[in-house]
Amino acid sequence: MNNEAINIINDNEVELLTDHIFKRYGYDFSDYSQASFKRRINRVMQNFKIPSFAELDHKVIENEQFFNVFIEEVTVNVTEMFRDPAFYKVLRKEVIPQLSTYPLIRIWHAGCSTGEEVYSMAILLKEAGLLERTLLYATDINQQVLEKAASMSFPLDNMKEYTENYINCGGLFDFSDYYVAQYGKAVFLEEFRNRMVFSPHNLVLDQSFNEFNLILCRNVLIYFNRDLQNKVIKLFSDSLPVLGYLALGNKESISFSSVADNFETINKQERIWRKKK
Amino acid sequence: MEEKEVIIIGGSAGSIDVMMQILPNLPEEFPVPIILVLHRRPSIGNLSEIIFQNRCKIPVLEVEDKMPIMKNTVYLAPGGYHLLVEKNHSFSLDFSEKVNHSRPSIDVTFESVVDIYNDKVIGILLTGANTDGARGLKLIKDSGGYTIIQSPETSMMPMMPEAAESIMKPDQILNPLEISDFLINITKKKCDCCA
Ligand SMILES: C[S@@+](CC[C@H](N)C(=O)[O-])C[C@H]1O[C@@H](n2cnc3c(N)ncnc32)[C@H](O)[C@@H]1O
Repeated sequence: MNNEAINIINDNEVELLTDHIFKRYGYDFSDYSQASFKRRINRVMQNFKIPSFAELDHKVIENEQFFNVFIEEVTVNVTEMFRDPAFYKVLRKEVIPQLSTYPLIRIWHAGCSTGEEVYSMAILLKEAGLLERTLLYATDINQQVLEKAASMSFPLDNMKEYTENYINCGGLFDFSDYYVAQYGKAVFLEEFRNRMVFSPHNLVLDQSFNEFNLILCRNVLIYFNRDLQNKVIKLFSDSLPVLGYLALGNKESISFSSVADNFETINKQERIWRKKK
Repeated sequence: MEEKEVIIIGGSAGSIDVMMQILPNLPEEFPVPIILVLHRRPSIGNLSEIIFQNRCKIPVLEVEDKMPIMKNTVYLAPGGYHLLVEKNHSFSLDFSEKVNHSRPSIDVTFESVVDIYNDKVIGILLTGANTDGARGLKLIKDSGGYTIIQSPETSMMPMMPEAAESIMKPDQILNPLEISDFLINITKKKCDCCA
């Protein structure tokens, strides 16, 4: 049964907390989707048995360790390997062959969470013979998830589902060759990790840090309002050369953004665009 | 009773069939938005949109992130995401943990809709083989909204409406045809809830 409580915190309090966090830590949540943000805060209060707004506010502001936990809980980190197999199929068939023309391939996973998406990409690149000349930059606002991503290991229990996803996206090899099972963990091969760079990056505040042939930012923009989405898509546009690809989540789009005209659609269903000017 | 501003319908196993009996009866112009949260396998994709769209006069859209919520439209929650509503009457999608083993979860959307529309909600819970939606329907009722469950004997899987009935008293218990008539009456402004 669902035992989530009804709202403990109201809209004004969410606003107050957002303001206090910004002043104390410099993280700006004011342009996040309020519906999800409020729901996540309520969930934290529930899970940590925090009875009132005053108490939450105090804990978040006074206790930096708790604040880090708070960030981890409030930003949604759910992810999967080869989530949306149809998307990876299109990457494999239409995007990766185009990337193979570059001597060095740079890919940016913005909002990579615990890294499942990055390892999925690395597997596709290895199978295309391109891993050796690719660098995968993987960033997230949340230091904790980056540490997990860098550890190369994922719960072994998830591998059954990931193997199915892998097969559904056209994988032809034995998925279990890519990891070693150890104490309930699936530890992925060093050769993947060697091509990855993990680093904190806040899409709200931070600038572009390189130029990329492909940027993936999947299921991150849904947590932002339209203004912030537009700003971030502009950041991506500025980080792509002509012919660079942008891939978003299944229900996200660039069509409303001020830079939409810079892009042509490569695959409408799977949300892949290419910069044309 | 004051006029309602949104209709939200939840269902699981068997509910697509029920909606197939209801939606084609609705006129092209409908005075309030209708939001559907139906559990389905993600692999079905937006097939349901296609299935409904071809048979209905009223437009049926699968929700995209930040889509505005408007009258004369049926909105379908996409598979794999929770569906939330924002203060400015637009949708947000959310890929967080499953609730009641479900994503989309009916409870999550019911709760979010109540947070924004308060007592201006009509909630309808259909057939299903789990208990998602019961808590949310109770919340709608407790917040002053109007609630309906599909009659368990007409439900392919009665567990879902029965779970609701066990924790609250719905305003009406109807079969699919009666639910259809209830909705049509809203366009004629003579239903019990917004008379
Ligand atoms: C639902 S996960 C998406 C993971 C993966 N891309 C996928 O689609 O499976 C969303 C991620 O966005 C990150 N995120 C949220 N706000 C961010 C920000 N301002 N800058 C960078 N990352 C952010 C969260 O920490 C979280 O890891």
